[in-house]
Amino acid sequence: MLDFPRWRIWMLNTVLVVGMAFAIPSLLPTSMRAQLAQFVPTPTINLGLDLAGGSHILLEADTSQLSEARLEALEDSVRTAMRRANPQIAIADVSRTNGELSFNVTDMSKVDAAREVILPLISNTLGARDWNIGVNNGNRIILSPASSGDENALDQAMDTAKDVIDRRINALGTLEPTIIRQGDNRIVVQVPGLDDPEALKALIGKTAKLEFKLVDEQADPDQTAQGKARVGSQVLPYPDNPTGLPYIAVRRLGGISGDKLVKADPTFDQQTNEPAVTIQFDSEGGQRFARMTQQNVNKLFAIVLDGQVISAPQIREPIFGGVSQISGSFTTESANALSISLRSGALPVDLTIVEERSVGPDLGADSIRRGVLAAVIGTTAILVLMFLVYGRFGIYANVALIINVLMILGVMSFANATLTLPGIAGFVLTIGAAVDANVLINERIREELKRGRRVVQAIEFGYKEASRAIFDANSTNVIAAVLLFIFGSGPIRGFAVVLMIGIVTSVFTAVTITRMWVSLWVKRTRPTELTI
Amino acid sequence: MKLLKLVRDDTNIDFLRWRVWAFAISLVLMAASVGLVATKGLNFGVDFIGGQMIRATFTQSATAPVTELRETVGSLGYGDPTIQRFGAENQVSIRMKLPEGADKNPELANAMTAKITSSLKAGHPDVRIDGVDSVSGKVSEELFSKGVLALLAAMAGVSIYIWFRFEWQFGVGAIWSLVHDVTLTFGLFALTGWEFDLNIIAALLTIIGYSLNDTVVIYDRIRENLMKFRKMEMASLLNLSVNETLSRTVMTSVSISLPLIVLVLFGPDVIFGFSMAMAFGIVVGTYSSIYQAAPILIWLKVGSHSFVPTDEVTGSKAERIGQDFGAQP
Repeated sequence: MLDFPRWRIWMLNTVLVVGMAFAIPSLLPTSMRAQLAQFVPTPTINLGLDLAGGSHILLEADTSQLSEARLEALEDSVRTAMRRANPQIAIADVSRTNGELSFNVTDMSKVDAAREVILPLISNTLGARDWNIGVNNGNRIILSPASSGDENALDQAMDTAKDVIDRRINALGTLEPTIIRQGDNRIVVQVPGLDDPEALKALIGKTAKLEFKLVDEQADPDQTAQGKARVGSQVLPYPDNPTGLPYIAVRRLGGISGDKLVKADPTFDQQTNEPAVTIQFDSEGGQRFARMTQQNVNKLFAIVLDGQVISAPQIREPIFGGVSQISGSFTTESANALSISLRSGALPVDLTIVEERSVGPDLGADSIRRGVLAAVIGTTAILVLMFLVYGRFGIYANVALIINVLMILGVMSFANATLTLPGIAGFVLTIGAAVDANVLINERIREELKRGRRVVQAIEFGYKEASRAIFDANSTNVIAAVLLFIFGSGPIRGFAVVLMIGIVTSVFTAVTITRMWVSLWVKRTRPTELTI
Repeated sequence: MKLLKLVRDDTNIDFLRWRVWAFAISLVLMAASVGLVATKGLNFGVDFIGGQMIRATFTQSATAPVTELRETVGSLGYGDPTIQRFGAENQVSIRMKLPEGADKNPELANAMTAKITSSLKAGHPDVRIDGVDSVSGKVSEELFSKGVLALLAAMAGVSIYIWFRFEWQFGVGAIWSLVHDVTLTFGLFALTGWEFDLNIIAALLTIIGYSLNDTVVIYDRIRENLMKFRKMEMASLLNLSVNETLSRTVMTSVSISLPLIVLVLFGPDVIFGFSMAMAFGIVVGTYSSIYQAAPILIWLKVGSHSFVPTDEVTGSKAERIGQDFGAQP
């Protein structure tokens, strides 16, 4: 056991130095770290929001609404395709029920032709079907969602949503957000240093789906007030309606959607001098907008944002050039927020905030300051005690313990891991395990000496006999850590990660490294007596 | 240099003499804990029951005006708040249920936060809002079930390991002492009304880890002695094992307690409950290894025969593990 070949010593020392080197950037003050970063990569540990302060927002997508939107889009494309087919295929009795789209092909003989038209619409790029197609009673075509289609759609929608959120937050300025997808239908947004997330929430919580619809001017106000609309119309909420009724009836068809924008900017209405938003369509959207306004001069059109009418001005003249102005009861801030949202595109799916945590920077800084103070005092106390009880062997254990802490930090930096409060608990447990390993070894050496063994033999036996318990204790901790990582949620996983790293480094430093030092010392001095 | 000795050499304390008493007292305490949790309940944080928590510090005041806050916040029409001091005297947490329908419309929750914080600021210009946590019912249910699942999985997993590495009786003893420690910690939180949140689950996990570590060390010595002293009566053998490992037990517990005591005294206020839980766990975990995990082996009829058939296997295993760490006999 006391035989440590030179190559082994070199190898162990290299591992130690490399492990600790990675901790350096995390320990430097920010300014020095920035200087260092010019020469070498400086991976650092991230401090969790519970320590550093900041906002954490968990968003969840409304999947039912996504299927509904897909169905609606399918209906649109089917109707258009049938109209554009040559010769045109007449369809009737279109219904969307139970997540299925079904309709009659009026001319029985055209059912096959209709199928041919639909097939390209329901296959995705990978060649798989997003929708299953079936025919009932000879001429009723039924399109039902294929499960892979729903999953793909959700997956794509979430990816898009993540990008949209990224663009929106970037528009706010110099924040450094972390935006990650979690599970099937969730997105986590973490913004360090931001303790008042109101602006952020207003920005990412909005779907920002803009539509222009014609107002149903023949609608009976009494019916509208009861939420009833004529065939082909629908009732939408309109909180700022000048008539005082908070609803308005709009035509379902003949509107255009506002997703074809190239620009959106906050501005002021030239007549009223109130905040407003100007938008510019791309060329296709611009043409459609021009056509719609041309055909409906003097009529009212409703500007609908996320299913709610924000204003319903009159079309005084056709609008060419694709530039339009949206006015409503905006404040400067809300006009700004809306233009950012419109610029970065609509969210493909509604997102709801299901969890929100914010920690003020004062509290975070206080936690770190006092946490570090406690850690320093606590560790010093352990070091002193170990020295007083085990003397020389205590010093070995102490140096190993300090190296252990640095190595945990080093590995965490390398992995860009995040240190949270539960992570600190993991730290305490691993430091405990490391101390315990040395206590076990040293107590065992003491015992073997008492039994009358010679120094070298006692040391050998001490390490050997103690290793068994150390191995079992650490194995159980590894098992626990792995299970926690698998079954736990966020904070518990943070604990598990630190524990896993810490177990490996603490066995390495507390057992292997101290043994190397002890053996070198024994070789050099050949002690015949040992105080431990 | 004269080295410090925390424990006298060659102690021969008859720990196991009080095993029936200790076991009875533990059972009573566990029953009391279960009773407390059932009747008084745990003071769950928003992590586990959903709702909103606002943390605030009254920077210019020595103490936070809890009674007054209860009235002001209560009069805002969102129901009665749960207001608690935490850490320093001038820090409070204000917990509210989320308003009706907030799951669908987060604006309602936002409006509530805004109204509470502005009413706080109006009444107390020195107030500093330290954080807002808002957790929906759905997420809190998930956090709760995942936390419980993780806890159970970890306990079951390590017990199975002990069962394989030792004997089934040791596995039973390990899981029993873990259940013991966790139950008493739950009892402590029910008794004191300290807030029980996700961080406390992390503390419980640390307690499990530590307690198990302790149990493994004593079990390892018991196994060793069972193979060494085939004729010794079980109670004496357990006593011998506990005494032989006593100085290690004391040294390790003292070492671990040091940073925890510092953490309780000087650590961040947010983790007061967390530090207290861990400090409590060290005491209970050490006790349970000696007075729960060990005597159970007597009642489960462990004796020198338990290791006879597997003597060689265990012996060679021990050697192999020794070599894993580079030690050679």
